[in-house]
Amino acid sequence: MARLIAVAVVSVVLMTVDHRAQHLEALRSVLSTLVYPLQVAVDLPIQAGNWVAENFSSRQRLVSDNARLRENQFLLDAKLEKLADLEAENRRLRNLLDSSAKVGERVLVAELLSVDMDPYSRRIVLNKGARDGVEVGQSLIDSNGVMGQVVHVAPFSSNALLITDPSHALPVQNHRSGLRSLAVGIGPLNQLELAHLPNNADVRIGDVLVTSGLGGRFPAGYPVGRIVKVERNRGRPFATVTVQPSARLERNREVLLVWPAQPDEASDTMPTHAESAE
Amino acid sequence: MNTTRTGYIAVTLSLVVALMLTALPMPAWAALWRPAWVALVLIYWCMAAPAYTGVVMGWVLGLFLDVLAGTLLGQHALALALVAFVAHRFHRQVRVLPIWQQAVSVFGLVFLYQVLNLWITGIQGMPVLASAYWSSPLISMLLWPWVYIVLRDLRRRYQVA
Repeated sequence: MARLIAVAVVSVVLMTVDHRAQHLEALRSVLSTLVYPLQVAVDLPIQAGNWVAENFSSRQRLVSDNARLRENQFLLDAKLEKLADLEAENRRLRNLLDSSAKVGERVLVAELLSVDMDPYSRRIVLNKGARDGVEVGQSLIDSNGVMGQVVHVAPFSSNALLITDPSHALPVQNHRSGLRSLAVGIGPLNQLELAHLPNNADVRIGDVLVTSGLGGRFPAGYPVGRIVKVERNRGRPFATVTVQPSARLERNREVLLVWPAQPDEASDTMPTHAESAE
Repeated sequence: MNTTRTGYIAVTLSLVVALMLTALPMPAWAALWRPAWVALVLIYWCMAAPAYTGVVMGWVLGLFLDVLAGTLLGQHALALALVAFVAHRFHRQVRVLPIWQQAVSVFGLVFLYQVLNLWITGIQGMPVLASAYWSSPLISMLLWPWVYIVLRDLRRRYQVA
């Protein structure tokens, strides 16, 4: 009985400290390293399955894949050339205006180790950690848009919070009207909501949202999602705006970790607090 | 009630397998129905070989589960410590029961574990689905006979307790 009470008190203290402050990162990092082999062992059969599927796919499919990818590459190259030109022009103009340009972000490809064990939170574990230079607060993207941000880093792995997690908020900007708002995660569903938008706000179904870069956490200009539903209730102060994330949050295995071009000062604050201070 | 080295190895290995089963990726619709593997294995050893287990062991196991699940440090630890305490206290009464009555007690223990976990999740302001209170205990209860048989064979082979 005495032991149970002691253990319960320690648990409550641990939980409080873990929730309020970030002092337990070291302990979490040690324990994460200990469970890392387990996560790899669980992931191994899935990796093996993928490997087998890739190795035994027919030659014809590989040839057609190759042709398609080559064509894609050609198109992207053409676009990239145009983009490089625009980027140079942008830099020139910014120099004229005396404002700093934020281009040339560094990226790293990471793979998912495991996903949402807890049905209430949207977290993932990645196979890159402090050893690869991953930092807390880094943003996570895929080829379609923003996915989330890194919240814990261990030597060999890291934990990331997806943008649909109920404790996550991210500053966005409407691409059409320029209206700024916060996209808040609502939990189990693959949806986001725009917080605190008045009923007469200029939002329409189909509007594209991009990151505004205002929190200092996410780089600006990455697509976040598309507005799929706008409900304006006369009786309520705010409109309910539902957004479908453009990143394939539930279907990806590979993700990109982005380092901002300029290191930000706000990286040691709590993720939610940093992002909600719009 | 002497403990042996092979006994400790068998207990530890079964708990590691339980942790791995917990980390196994599952489709989104099945996430609510994930059995509480670690709690099940812990309950078995508390009943069948109480000399090997205890409150502190449940607590440490819970810390690993917290790191694996990305929850607050101490959340699963507190719940598993309580489960270990109750299972330990009533092991003499429960282990003589027929297997289906044991399963009912397992339902109660896993329900206790789940309620504590969901309360702590709720205190943090996360939304909690009402069906989560009974889905995991129910599936754990239905799985108990199989867990019991597998672990009993393991216990006999390595002569734990």
